[in-house]
Amino acid sequence: MKILVAVKRVIDYNVQIRVKEDGSGVHTDNVKMSTNPPDDNAVEESVKLKESGKVKEIVAISIGEDKAQESIRKALAVGADKGIHVKADSYIEPLGIAKILKKIVEKEKPDMVFLGKQAIDDDCNQTGQMLGAMLNWPQATFSSKLNIKEKSLEVVREIDEGLETLEINLPAIVTCDLRLNEPRFASLPNIMKAKKKPMELLNAKDMGVDLKNRIEQLKVEEPPKRKAGIKVTSVAELVSKLKNEAKVI
Amino acid sequence: MAREAMEYDVVIVGAGPAGLTTAIKLKQLDPNLNVCILEKGAEVGAHVLSGNVFETKALDELIPNWKNEGAPVKTKVSKEKFLFLGKNSSLSWPTWLLPSVQKNHKNYIISLANLCRWLAEQAEKLGVEIFPGFPASEVLYNDDGSVKGVATLDMGLDKEGNKKDTYQEGMELHAKVTVFSEGCRGHLGKQLIKQFNLDEGKNPQQYGIGLKEIWEVSEEQHQEGLVMHTAGWPLDSKTYGGSFIYHAENRQIYLGYVIGLDYQNPYLSPFDEFQRFKTHPSIRKMFEGGKRISFGARALIEGGIQSLPKMYMPGALLIGCDAGTLNMPKIKGSHTAMKSGLVAAETIVENIKNKTDLSIYEKKFKESWAYKELYTARNVKPSFSWGLILGIVFTGIDQILFRGRMPFTLKHKHADHEALKPASQMPKIEYPKPDGKLTFDKTSSVYLTGTNHTENQPVHLRLKDPNLPINYTLKKYDEPAVRYCPVGVYEIQKEKFIINSQNCIHCKTCDIKEPSQNITWVVPEGGGGPKYGNM
Repeated sequence: MKILVAVKRVIDYNVQIRVKEDGSGVHTDNVKMSTNPPDDNAVEESVKLKESGKVKEIVAISIGEDKAQESIRKALAVGADKGIHVKADSYIEPLGIAKILKKIVEKEKPDMVFLGKQAIDDDCNQTGQMLGAMLNWPQATFSSKLNIKEKSLEVVREIDEGLETLEINLPAIVTCDLRLNEPRFASLPNIMKAKKKPMELLNAKDMGVDLKNRIEQLKVEEPPKRKAGIKVTSVAELVSKLKNEAKVI
Repeated sequence: MAREAMEYDVVIVGAGPAGLTTAIKLKQLDPNLNVCILEKGAEVGAHVLSGNVFETKALDELIPNWKNEGAPVKTKVSKEKFLFLGKNSSLSWPTWLLPSVQKNHKNYIISLANLCRWLAEQAEKLGVEIFPGFPASEVLYNDDGSVKGVATLDMGLDKEGNKKDTYQEGMELHAKVTVFSEGCRGHLGKQLIKQFNLDEGKNPQQYGIGLKEIWEVSEEQHQEGLVMHTAGWPLDSKTYGGSFIYHAENRQIYLGYVIGLDYQNPYLSPFDEFQRFKTHPSIRKMFEGGKRISFGARALIEGGIQSLPKMYMPGALLIGCDAGTLNMPKIKGSHTAMKSGLVAAETIVENIKNKTDLSIYEKKFKESWAYKELYTARNVKPSFSWGLILGIVFTGIDQILFRGRMPFTLKHKHADHEALKPASQMPKIEYPKPDGKLTFDKTSSVYLTGTNHTENQPVHLRLKDPNLPINYTLKKYDEPAVRYCPVGVYEIQKEKFIINSQNCIHCKTCDIKEPSQNITWVVPEGGGGPKYGNM
């Protein structure tokens, strides 16, 4: 079997985000970037499946500027076999990304597409679902446990009410939750070997899909600062404040 | 079972200005050399923090056309000021009365982290392999005692040292020559100095702690190219230190404070002195309405040539501030660190080609302009042990009249950790509460550094004697770690000594200042620590 795993380069989760003064976006210059954390889980799970002998080939794909290749190289260093970089110089909405991924799926013919459940920069949580719809494939989102069978997948999903177990037919889309696994470290020799693994270079413009963004971004601003808390002296005071000031009960 | 090993011609520990310069120069001299750099930060620049007013002398030698190659060295110094601060007053010192070493008109205001990122790109273009996120944790020796290389840290261990699922054994990197360029108080450099007695006959090393913030201010408050320094308040005349205020590009001001770690009062908190400094009437107005966007801290070298250890040993070189090449009166170390790297590369190529002994490094470095600079600078810092006023008077005579050529060399008498006086003999210091606009607490500051260390890993701040903080240091010095650590790693809670190692920004101050040298800083798991942007 073959897995296509999608990775996105985002601002590192430890970095404190700074909003641009003119509200046009956030600062990315000289900011540490990393692979989107749930995408690391998607890569890790594919590598585990490959190690168990159930999967033969892993193709890692990233869509974005040249430096997106760093995320692909990282996937190659932990066990992916081949990379595809689709160069895009400007922001593409999840719909456009899903369209590009569909083209790649038609060409690469994987049995499964693994993605992170959402990206920590825009938190859209849409690409996997849109891709599933366009390909008309079954999808399991927020997966925290995977069990691969002959022609199907058993997936445990993290949902609001608890855990849900599904069985879906292959080929399928899986979006991965952080609980799925703990991503491994890339070793030095594997980082070096990864530099020699094949990477196909494509351009988003040449994919033959409509990439026009549908959403107009009006303004980006920081969330309002939290007000300092107060100490109350009695339960009665608390209840009164909740009732009369906060008006929540 | 033996660890996996890789063979290189040269392995460099630390992707700062010294290490990157060595790598680039090596490849320029001999493109066939296999050179790699290990870097503990998650990316090059993530652990680099510096003022920085940059003198381009060494960069001119390394990459003469750096201007056309897009080096992030752009803001020329256009104006200089020097202020003596009293509690509410300030006295502007005429710049023509400043010693020439403190004049900056040919220099540039830069972010050293960004310069390192750019140098790393140049190095990679030449074929240097750079591995960020891989800290060197151990020196390896050959049977004859010479340095064989280094090993990277095992990753994926839990707090108790047990292997987790993600466990990955460290690996060995063997080299014909290993270059240590970890920066000030490198933890392997410290071991090598001891192992090879590199500091024999030298004065004890002197350090400072530098704290830095980046502010974004309004157009009116900003004067690109302005360089300003202050001395005096809030420090007393016995404590060595001062501030820097550099107006960089993009309406940013690099603001910082340096305090000599030979201070005596265990109640002194460098972080709070820095915060308090900003409240001076002539400083406050520069930042009103502005926004603090970055914070960081790092120890620096102040000992000069009196404390400069031997920089070569069998199989290895110790360069930059891992040895201690900073020029204190200039408050600059990047250019001398880079020069020590240039000399290192020349030495290594001769060593590999002609089997010349690495000891030629000493002669070559002594003949360089960097050493001459350090020689004329040598008496400034020790003269301040007589207090601020005498220090200034002496420095004026030494630097302006004699240009550093007085026929004697003053000594550094004590190591910094010996300088603290018992708490009972020193006054407590009450610091004003932070207002959250101009002055801040440690918690909100460490948040800006982007610091993180993977949870559940061995603590990288090791105590030789775990009972000493409570049984001795707390009683005698009121546990100064609580105050000298700029990010609150150390706390005393209910008679217990707590180490919040996750917050550590790798400044190394504890390793230097702990009065009994009870704290040893070792490298944490790869990629941990701060994630500085344009520091």
